[in-house]
Amino acid sequence: MNSITLTIDGKLISAPGDQTILEAARENDIHIPTLCNLEGISAVGACRVCLVEVSGSNRLAPSCLTKVAEGMQVQTATDRLREYRKMIVELLFAERNHICSVCVANGNCELQDLAVTVGMDHVRYEYQYPSCSVDVTHKEFGVDHNRCILCTRCVRVCDEVEGAHTWDVSGRGMQSRVITDLNQPWGTATSCTSCGKCVQACPTGALFRQGSTVAEMKKDRELLDFLMTAREKKQWIG
Amino acid sequence: MDRVKMATVWLGGCSGCHMSFLDMDEWLVDLAQRIDLVYSPLVDVKEYPEDVDVCLVEGAVANDENLHLVRRIRARTRLVISFGDCAVTGNVTAMRNPLGVALEVLKTSYLDKSNLHPAIPSEPEILPVLLDQVRPVHAVIPVDYYLQGCPPPADRIRAVLEPLVNGVWPELPLAERRFG
Repeated sequence: MNSITLTIDGKLISAPGDQTILEAARENDIHIPTLCNLEGISAVGACRVCLVEVSGSNRLAPSCLTKVAEGMQVQTATDRLREYRKMIVELLFAERNHICSVCVANGNCELQDLAVTVGMDHVRYEYQYPSCSVDVTHKEFGVDHNRCILCTRCVRVCDEVEGAHTWDVSGRGMQSRVITDLNQPWGTATSCTSCGKCVQACPTGALFRQGSTVAEMKKDRELLDFLMTAREKKQWIG
Repeated sequence: MDRVKMATVWLGGCSGCHMSFLDMDEWLVDLAQRIDLVYSPLVDVKEYPEDVDVCLVEGAVANDENLHLVRRIRARTRLVISFGDCAVTGNVTAMRNPLGVALEVLKTSYLDKSNLHPAIPSEPEILPVLLDQVRPVHAVIPVDYYLQGCPPPADRIRAVLEPLVNGVWPELPLAERRFG
């Protein structure tokens, strides 16, 4: 692949032409916040946290999906972007019932961390307080839709890594929910292999191991890294 | 220098933020030299006074008494601080909101889930009336500062109050802006 040159935050860098802006930025130690992105599975641009400004375009571009191009000028941390990122995180908090203090993932949550990163000191939008169910019919794991941000990491890791495609998304807008098999209790979803990759991939406390109480659900991302490395590079040493 | 007139109130919350306030331990002695605590669950004053400099509001706005008090606080206070996650986000106090309006919540708690003398408590003029929805403080009145945490750790409270009583605007580092 041809190497191209571009600038990110004024820094001149070269990158393979098939890279995304996010990949190029990471290789050059430029930090762009992300949420739905997870290394090793496909990018979908669901959360919009990684939006960047590309000069010549009025539209903001998700850096996880936008390929680098010759002469491209990218800004990753303008005031406008900072404000939008904060809005996005606030909207995520307003959309479901995220209550950090009583959550299994308190202290180990990517959404909670992101709120700190973007400087969210309160939520300016009306909380929606949707009625959300908790499904603990699976013998090992549970899903609490109150804490789901619809990043679809579970859907992608189950489909692309485990190859089971137990998870999917039903409904639209506020009614969207991640579902197992044909929108049935997780415990009755026969395609589920109980591998637990979805639980490890989930950025919040939405997917959790049963028996974990407040602040006990620490996600093991290393397990996923290990599996991805094993698959892609045929290396079995973590 | 004049003493800062400080108040603390406890709306729909568990008092954990006030417990954390007391956890500031010996610094409370220093603080006491700089402030007059004019209204608080910790002192015996019945009416929220006029002309208060700063008020720490713990808890969410959950009933008509909370609503009345928080409006009075805003009218009589220069600097209103949302003190802890319930005040800032609704937090645990707002967990009833997905159940529906006040009557639905009362039915769920006192009739449907009760197996001993099920009855909805009603004591007009004594029991405050629940609002249909629990709201964070800033959804009801303008708030000047947000202090996160459930509860905010004592050091974090001090990091806000110490500059304030010295007339300096407190700039909390990002890491101290953590919910939960």
